[in-house]
This record gives sequence, structure tokens and C-alpha cells, in this order.
Amino acid sequence: MKLPVSWLRTWVEVPWTDRELADRLTMLGFEVESLLPVAPPFSGVVVAEIRSAEPHPEASKLRVCHVTTGGSELQIVCGAANARAGLRTALAIVGAQIPGGVAIAPARLRGIESQGMLCSARELGLPEVGEGILELPPDAPLGASLRDYLRLDESVLEIGVTPNRGDAMSVLGIARELAAASGLPLRATPDPVLPKIAAASKERFPVRLERGAGCARFASRVMRGVDNHRPVPRWLRERLERSGLRSISPLVDATNYVLLEFGQPMHAYDLSRLKSGLEARRATSGERLKLLDGTEVTLAADVLVIADASGPVGMAGVMGSAASAVSTDTTDVLLEAAWFDPRAVAGRGRRYGLLTDASQRFERGVDPAGQQRSLERASALICAIAGGEAGPALLEELPEELPVRVPVELRSAQVTRLLGVAVPPAQVQSRLEALGMRVAASGPGAWRVTPPSWRFDIAIEPDLIEELARSGGLDAIPEAVPAGARVIAGASESRSSERNVLQLLAARGYSEAVTFGFTDPELQTKVCGAIEAVRLRNPIASNLAVMRASLWPGLLNAARENLRRQRERVRLFELATQFHRASDGAVLERRMIAGIAAGLRLPEQWGSAREPGDFHDLKADVSALLSLGGRNGECRFEPGASLPSLYPGRSAQIVRDGSTIGQLGELHPALVQELDFTYAPLLFELDYLAVTSNAPVRYAPVSNYPQIRRDISFTVAADETFGRIAERVSVAASTRLLELRIFDVYQGKGVELGRKSVALGLILQDLSRTLTDADADGVVAAVCAELRSSLDARIRE
Amino acid sequence: MTDLPALTAQALVQIGASDSLAALDELRVHWLGKKGVLTEQLKALGGLSAAERPAAGARINVAKTELQAAIDARRAALEQTSIAQQLAAGRIDVTLPGRGEATGAVHPITRLRLRVEELFRNAGYEVVEGPEVEDEFHNFEALNIPADHPARAMHDTFYLDNGMLLRTHTSPVQIRAMRSRKPPFALIAPGRVYRCDSDVSHSPMFHQLEGLLVDTNVSFANLKSVLHQFMESLFERTLAMRLRPSYFPFTEPSAEVDISCVLCGGQGCRVCKQSGWLEVAGCGMVHPNVFKACGIDAERYTGFAFGFGIERLAMLRYGVNDLRLFYDNDLRFLAQFARG
Repeated sequence: MKLPVSWLRTWVEVPWTDRELADRLTMLGFEVESLLPVAPPFSGVVVAEIRSAEPHPEASKLRVCHVTTGGSELQIVCGAANARAGLRTALAIVGAQIPGGVAIAPARLRGIESQGMLCSARELGLPEVGEGILELPPDAPLGASLRDYLRLDESVLEIGVTPNRGDAMSVLGIARELAAASGLPLRATPDPVLPKIAAASKERFPVRLERGAGCARFASRVMRGVDNHRPVPRWLRERLERSGLRSISPLVDATNYVLLEFGQPMHAYDLSRLKSGLEARRATSGERLKLLDGTEVTLAADVLVIADASGPVGMAGVMGSAASAVSTDTTDVLLEAAWFDPRAVAGRGRRYGLLTDASQRFERGVDPAGQQRSLERASALICAIAGGEAGPALLEELPEELPVRVPVELRSAQVTRLLGVAVPPAQVQSRLEALGMRVAASGPGAWRVTPPSWRFDIAIEPDLIEELARSGGLDAIPEAVPAGARVIAGASESRSSERNVLQLLAARGYSEAVTFGFTDPELQTKVCGAIEAVRLRNPIASNLAVMRASLWPGLLNAARENLRRQRERVRLFELATQFHRASDGAVLERRMIAGIAAGLRLPEQWGSAREPGDFHDLKADVSALLSLGGRNGECRFEPGASLPSLYPGRSAQIVRDGSTIGQLGELHPALVQELDFTYAPLLFELDYLAVTSNAPVRYAPVSNYPQIRRDISFTVAADETFGRIAERVSVAASTRLLELRIFDVYQGKGVELGRKSVALGLILQDLSRTLTDADADGVVAAVCAELRSSLDARIRE
Repeated sequence: MTDLPALTAQALVQIGASDSLAALDELRVHWLGKKGVLTEQLKALGGLSAAERPAAGARINVAKTELQAAIDARRAALEQTSIAQQLAAGRIDVTLPGRGEATGAVHPITRLRLRVEELFRNAGYEVVEGPEVEDEFHNFEALNIPADHPARAMHDTFYLDNGMLLRTHTSPVQIRAMRSRKPPFALIAPGRVYRCDSDVSHSPMFHQLEGLLVDTNVSFANLKSVLHQFMESLFERTLAMRLRPSYFPFTEPSAEVDISCVLCGGQGCRVCKQSGWLEVAGCGMVHPNVFKACGIDAERYTGFAFGFGIERLAMLRYGVNDLRLFYDNDLRFLAQFARG
């Protein structure tokens, strides 16, 4: 909300500078977002009159003007169509500085000397009024500084009013707060004081209020013979414009002025376009209404409308209809100042994409006691500006539907308890009374407090305590360390800490990425296949329209962006939630840790080959993660992944306790090509809970007897897996096998086609005695026999 | 009996001239070995008379001892030379970079969050989490934001196809936590939140952290103390803090939290828009309606709650001047946070 400070000062004469006033408001809970002069800084701009304006001999769009500021004439070349003899306007003289860092110097325009520049509103950073150079009134004093004449150094406040304080969305509302804070009186009648108008006719326009519809009070008045062509006085126009509204016509400006002044939205209907009386009622579902702004809406049954015999003429509290709107030719009007229940207005405008000055105020609560005052004020303004004859002010109301301000119980002890500091009883009373509350003692250290009609936010004791805190200043509340015992909160060892997980990956060269929870449906389908995605109803972009079912799309994009920035090697991981559709339509969240490794196995360096990383490099990282919980040994890597985005023969699912806890592999060659990767990136994803589920540490005894190593070498079918070999070896070697190492796998020249050669190191040890050579030979023999019989191994002697 | 002094002299010359450990060892065998020259001399003592034998034996032993000492000395000298040669030949370039993997980085948002978690854990707060997909009850209604409440306009909510929504703040975690606990409790709830708003200073996904303390006599003065301690601990400096009255439907009284600008020290700069103050958090005393929605007796218990954007604090703490850097995942940016 924008307000010129001078307007506020007419209500309450606080002794503060504009800056102080702004700071006070901020600390009262009305955050001043800006305090700026009406116009940006400029200098050397004065009021001047055009004496003559002749066409430029060389340029059809330019005019050569002779201009005076009271003394001798200056020659100015000007391109504005409204540059004409007799016009008083703004002249930037030679040496002037105008906004945008422009300095005015003598110039020649198409061969003709120009000793300054005639300025438009836009060039001076003023709200724009019409085309061309500024048009000042004929009585504007020649030679006067434009800043002084238009009072452009005046400050305008931009105030952020919180949604609970609809009462403060007006000059009066803010002035009330300033009066309470300063202890100074609030002006009784608004500035300027206008004569109260007497009814010149007895004309009444009937109004009916439907019970339960949400309109409990409706003040109205007929005015005939208004001249809506008349100019709006400068003081009124200025106040409107400086509050962010445009001056349109006397009727519109008068109602807008009252909206700003008292916070009461008003409406003026063109009486000639209304049929036989108004009704405030709920809409009939499907009723249509063409609004002032040209949009046509179909109304729902919970929308409050003002209707005449022909149908709705306005969405109550939001916007009037196009058909009943006043125009400059309107002479007869019906003025409305109504009270609509916030519940009947809230959300209605937003539903149709309408956020108006009226709806913002009505849905937050308009003072139910202010309708007659506003009606009088608006009619007095109209009479003063545009003439006309007024009918009597009429009031329709449903008293039982008006809000009742219920007294709220306030206990001194509770004030102290909630704020942590006592407020002296005398101050409780005076501070609340200053805010318009009625305060009655109801016992020792207790009061019954009745909020004023304009406050919609005082319903319970803490609301009053907030008012006390606010009015006393939050700075006045001391800081006190909370009492209470410290408790040792259980940090279970059966969960690896997040920090360990992150640091393990960072130590292995991965950096943490943060990508959005929603992703590109197309890329997601490529990664996850045709799954039933969780869609957003209102995505911000079509490529962020589904909730991620995998972290890979985000990581693939992040990796590509880095590769595009000429990184040759990218290792990223993310710890985040992915979203799946359950069979009943619900959304399941699963916390995952996922990563991508694209490019070389190691950073390019001396003494190490430039080779791309492969599946087994990634597997080492994944195994390290799984080892965090001490449960790597329980995991099986089963060939083939469930997602279609991986290379089938170079991917695996990780299974533990019968359930899949993750997968890893190389990106499918088709996607490598499509996404334009040089090297096939490697991807992993693991269930975060599974990764961090930690087996408790139990010490196992170590043997004091020496180890014996025996190596065996053999060939098996080329598609035989190490997993199967290891399983057979461990069965055959039984408890004496301490460790099995695979130190060579070879396929190619020297090995029969279709077979591969494998070399194993068996580390043998016994817990209770030193193994003999004969013991070791026995184990090797058993292993060889098992490999021969179950895997058709041919042992190389 | 050959001339012992002449032999000894000859041996000493040979030992002194030997240029390798192998050659030296050959000399040792030649002179002192089982069949060495001096050993043979000892064997020859048998040919002497009993009267001559002791003196001759003693001379030979003296000569042996002399040769052994010479050999030892030569060996030591040769070994030293050999090590010196090895050292000279084995020199490497220690300025070459170390080999292996480089270290990655934890994201600054996570870095800041973990730091905040640690600070509050030290003060006895529990860290709790909740779902990102929420319902109207937990995200709004239980927080005293009924449908059509004007405050909902402050939350540009993303809705899902099944009518659920993406939480617009971490406050629903408080609701879940309060409904499953009995006071007293102190907790913080960090997490991702979503609002359909995207421009230079707004991201449709960002991170918040809420704090909550509920006990029999928690006061606004306690809230001020905890926030001030926290901000000073986080930024590791003395800071001025001010609370401005504000409005949140779920707290009463409510306030915005400003700290003196951490960049200019409150003198006024571009970041604090010349005000000297930075708005960093929102806070207040838990609204009785929220307690009611969580089954907590609002007469018996009071509590405070606060919340802030993690990105905002990370930007201030690390001097990051553009919100979007957090989501670009540019390794040149992330690598700057590669430290423990």
C-alpha cells in the first residue's frame, strides 16, 4: 500500500521526520518497504510557457518553440505533438540534470538551436498523464522550480500491511496507529473539511438484503445531475496518484479517494442502467456476469452478488459489472457503501483471477461502522467537484448479521507468562485504550477487553498480548535463556549419520547436487520407462511438470550442464526424495541417494592412464557406501537393472534380505548418444534408509596362527560369473578360507574361445592351530574338485 | 713362517683399495676366511716349538684383529658411499601433484543445514523430518489457515493430480511432531519446500528450517534469547537483533527477525538496502488453535516457533550473491565448498 506522508500528517501531527515516522511504523508491525520522494532526483526543471510553436523547416515532427520562464525568451526544439502556444509546461534549462543521468546542454536539432528541453512526465519519472510534454495549469507560476511547485520532494511510503490488519489498509487506519503510538490526538474530521450535503430530493432506490448471503449493511444514495466531465482538483488527483491510483473522472476518483482515506471500498452505478432496485444475494449457479475489466465470468452459488431485475450488476466486494459502470457521460448515479462479510468475499476474487483494492479490504475485514461516514464523504466530494443533487442517504441492514465484538478476557499473569516480562496494569489499560479498545477490570489483574468495530483480529487472549507487545515495542522484551532440564536425546548407532554418508562420497570425488523435486516428463520417461507419474496440476513450466520418480533425470541434466561448461569429468550425487504412485493413487516418498560419474576414471594426472571409468569403478564407490552400515557382505549384485535407461549387460540390482535396495550401471548406449555424452556415464541409486541401516558392531576373534596363501588358476566358460565361482570356493574351502582374492581374469589369445582364465588367491587360516602344507593342499584339492564338478573348470597346473 | 708384517701391510693396502662391498668380502675371505692366509698362519703354529708358539700366535692374532678392524672400517665407508649414491640417484620431484582421486564437496545448503542442526542438537533440540507431499490439514488447517484465508495468498501452492499438495513450508512437520509427542519437547525440522514462484530471488523449490520449543512456561523472552544466541553462533560474531511485529496465522504474537547486516556491520550497504538490517527469520508464540489441533492443552503449555530459509542464511554466511547458483550445480561453484 502506497501513501504520501503528508496525507497521513493531516490526520495526526506527529513530531517525527519522515524517516522516523517510517521506522516507527515498521516497528509497530507495518513494514515500510520503501520511503521515496514522489519523483526521482532531478534539477534545473522550471515552469515555463510556450509563447509560440512553429513547424521545424527541416523536420515535420519537430516544432520550434519560443518559451519564457518570466524573463527573456528561449528557443527550444520539441517533438511533442501537444507543444502549443499558451501551454505551461516543464522546461529543463541548460545545465539541468534529469533522471537517467541525462545532462541538458545546448544542442542543434536539424540545424536549429535548442536551449533546453521541454519534458514529459515520463522523462521526469512522474506518473504518466497523457501523451507528450507535461501540461501544467495556466496559473502555474512561471520560473518556479517544478519540484517545489508539484511538491515532488514529498515522501511516499510503501507499507506492507499483514493480512490480519485489513483495518490498516487506509490513511485513517495507519493514522490511528500513529496516534496510539505517539499519544497525540487523531483529527476528528478528514482533511479537507467539506460541507455536509443536504438531501435535495426524496428519491430512493430500493435495496434488499438477502438473509445469510453475507451483506449485512448497505448504505446508498441517488445523485442526479452530476457533471462527470469536470476536472478533478489537483490536491485530490495528487493524493490518488501518489497512492498508486490513476485519476479517471470525478465519480471514480471520489469513490477511490474514500477507499484510500477510510478503507471503505465504494461503488458508483450509472443509475440509468439499473433496473428497479438492487438486491444483495448469493448468485445462482451458472449466472454470468461481464465485469468492468471486460472479463466475463460464470458465477458459482457461493458468490455474493449485487443484482438488479436484469441479473447481477457486480461481484460484491470484488468488481462491478461493465453494463452498470459509470462513464464520463454519466449524470445520475447510485452510490454504494456496503459491508460484506469477509467470509462471503474471501477467495472469490482469487478464484476468478481478480485481486482488487476492494476485495483485498473486504476479505480482510472492513469496519462495519463506517458505511454512512464513507457515503457522506463520497457524496460531499462529488458535489464539490461535479455538482449534482443528492437524494437522502439510505441504510439497509441486517443487524443480527453484523459482526459482534465479544469481550476478551485478559490476565496480567498470562501477559507475564507469554512475554516473559510484566506489563504494569495501568499500562495495559492505557495502551489498549489508545488502540480503541474498551477495557474493564474484571478482577484482580484481569480485564475484559472489547475490541473496536474495525478490528477483526482480536478474538483470544494472545491477540491482546500481542497488542501489548507491539505497542510497548518488542525491543523492550528482555532475552531470557529457557529454563528446563537438558535431555540426552537418543542418537541411535543403528543409523549411519548423514554427515558420514556425505563425506564418504565427497572423499571419493563426488560433489553434492541439489535439483528440483519436479522434473521433465519426457526425460523421466526415458529414464524410468512408462511409469504412472505423479503430475502437478499447476507446474511452473512444462519441463517441470512431474514429481521425480528417480534422481537420475536431475543428475543427468546437471552432469550435462557441467560437461557443456567444458568440465571433462563430472561426479555428482544427490540425497533427496523421489515420488511414486501407489496402487490406490496415493503418493509414496522414498529417500534415495543417487550419483552419476561421467568421464575419466581418475582426474587427468601424470602416471595414470586416461581411461574412462567403468562399472567396476562405480561398484567400488557403491560398495563403500554399503559398507558404511557394515552390511556390504549381505548384498548381492544381480545382473540386469529394472530401469530401461541402463545398459542391460552392464548393470545390476542390489538385493539385500530379499528386497532390492538399489541399482547401478552404465547409461544405455541409445541414451548416451541422445544426451550427447562422450563417455557413457555411470549411475547409481540406493535406498537411503537401507544404506544407513547399520549393523551393530560385534567383535569376532582373530587367529594368532599364521596364514597360508595358495593360488589356483583355471579356465571356465566365458559367461561364468565370479559370484558363482566365489560361492563354490567358499562352500568347498569351508571355515579355513579367511579371504578369497581374484587377481586375474583373462579372455583372449592363449585361452580357448568361449572360455576365460581366472586366477584366485586363497588365504587360509585356522583359529586353533597352525595349518600344515598338507592341510592347505587338502583345501586346494577340495576347491579344485568342486570347481571341476560344478562349473566345468579346467585347472591349470 | 712368512713375513707377517709384510703380509699385514699388503692386506691393508688391498683392503684400502677395495671399491665395492663384494670385493671387500673377497678380501676378507682371502685373508681371514677358514682357509685364509692368516688362518693358515695360525694352523702353521704347530710347526713351532712350544716356547715360540705363544708369542707367534699372539702376533698373528694382533694382525688378524688389525685386518678385521680395517675391513670393518672399509665396509662402513663403502656402505656410506653406496647410500649416498642411492640417495643421489633416487631424487624425485616432490612438487609433482599427488596421484589419485580429488575430493568432492557437500552442497552449501546441506553444509549450512548440518551446521544449524549441530548448533541446535548441542542445545538439546531433536531433528525431525516430514513428508514433502502434504494434505490441506497439515499444511494449512492445523496451522490456523482455513480455506480462503487471505494468508493463503502468501503461499503459492503446487497441487498434485490426486488433490495433495507440495508443502509450502516446514511447519506441517511441527504439526506431525506435536501430535506424536507429549510436552516438553524441543525440535527443529529442516526440509525442502515448494512454492510456485520463480524469479531472480525466488526458487520454486527451496529449503526451510523450523524450530519449536514447548514447555509449561516458554516465553517470548526465551524466543528472543534462543534466536539471538543462534544467530550469533551461526555467524560467529556479535550481532544486533531486532524483532518486528508481524503476522503468521500459526503464531501469536508473531514477529519478523532482523539482524544487523553481516556484510556491512549495520552501516548500510547494497545487500541490506542501506537499512543496516537483514530480515532473516519469522517467529512467534505458538497459536492456541495450533495447540488445539495437536491435542496440547494451551492453558498448561506455551511454546515458541521460528522458521527461516536456509538459502538466505547460506547466501549471507558464504557471500553467495545469486540464489540460482544453488540449483545450477556448477562444479566451479560447488568445489568452493570442498572442506570438512
